[in-house]
Amino acid sequence: MVVFGSSGDALLSHGMKTSGAIDIHHLLNVFAMLPNPYILLGIFSLIVFMWSYMTALSFADLSYVMPATAISYVVMTLLSIFWLHEHVGRERWSGILFIVLGVGLVAGEPARTGDTPEPVPNVNPEEAGR
Amino acid sequence: MRAVYIWLCIAITVCAATAGDVLVALAMRRIGDLDELRRHRGWIQMFLRVLSSGVLFAGIFFMAIAFFSNLIGLSWADLSLMGPASAALTYITNAVAAKFFLKEVVSRRRWLATVFVFCGVLILTFS
Repeated sequence: MVVFGSSGDALLSHGMKTSGAIDIHHLLNVFAMLPNPYILLGIFSLIVFMWSYMTALSFADLSYVMPATAISYVVMTLLSIFWLHEHVGRERWSGILFIVLGVGLVAGEPARTGDTPEPVPNVNPEEAGR
Repeated sequence: MRAVYIWLCIAITVCAATAGDVLVALAMRRIGDLDELRRHRGWIQMFLRVLSSGVLFAGIFFMAIAFFSNLIGLSWADLSLMGPASAALTYITNAVAAKFFLKEVVSRRRWLATVFVFCGVLILTFS
């Protein structure tokens, strides 16, 4: 989720910048940008992200998964320091500290709370007939 | 006027993303643990069960609205504003929606974690 969510956003941003701004009166022009390779790669990354997200939600609460995945901001900042050699100021470090505290707090919680509804009926006709 | 459009896009993105997240979470809760499904019934059964969920597709529909609203916003604003601004607000709206619509037990610790993450993302956005 962390890797594909972050790279998907970055690829989409780059793709949209290279395609130019969309006119407010022609919003459907957004579909004309789809063949852009950066946007296609971004969409692929977000599909992988979506599958990972669905898997996580199949055994954990939404209010558990959401704060836990904020660790991606920490990973992005560490990447920008060690890979892109960017300077990270005190303000950004304080933001990172808040996120680490948040993720640390939620990590000690049980992943699933509340009632778990009955699973949907089996869709396999052979097994459903038994 | 451009700023109004950008914040309108952020508002639409946040509302649609929250509706999408809640519906997908509800669908996955009903479907059950995907790893266990795959282990006990195989890949095909797992995919069939996922693809037969109408609630999941309703969630994906709202996520698509959030996605295109985000795309349009990204063509007007930088990722450094559009991404974290919509993401930061979505953490709060998701926690509220999870408590009231999904009946999750959002403990004080989870609220605190959500607020910490919200503050952290906001600081990162505007630093």
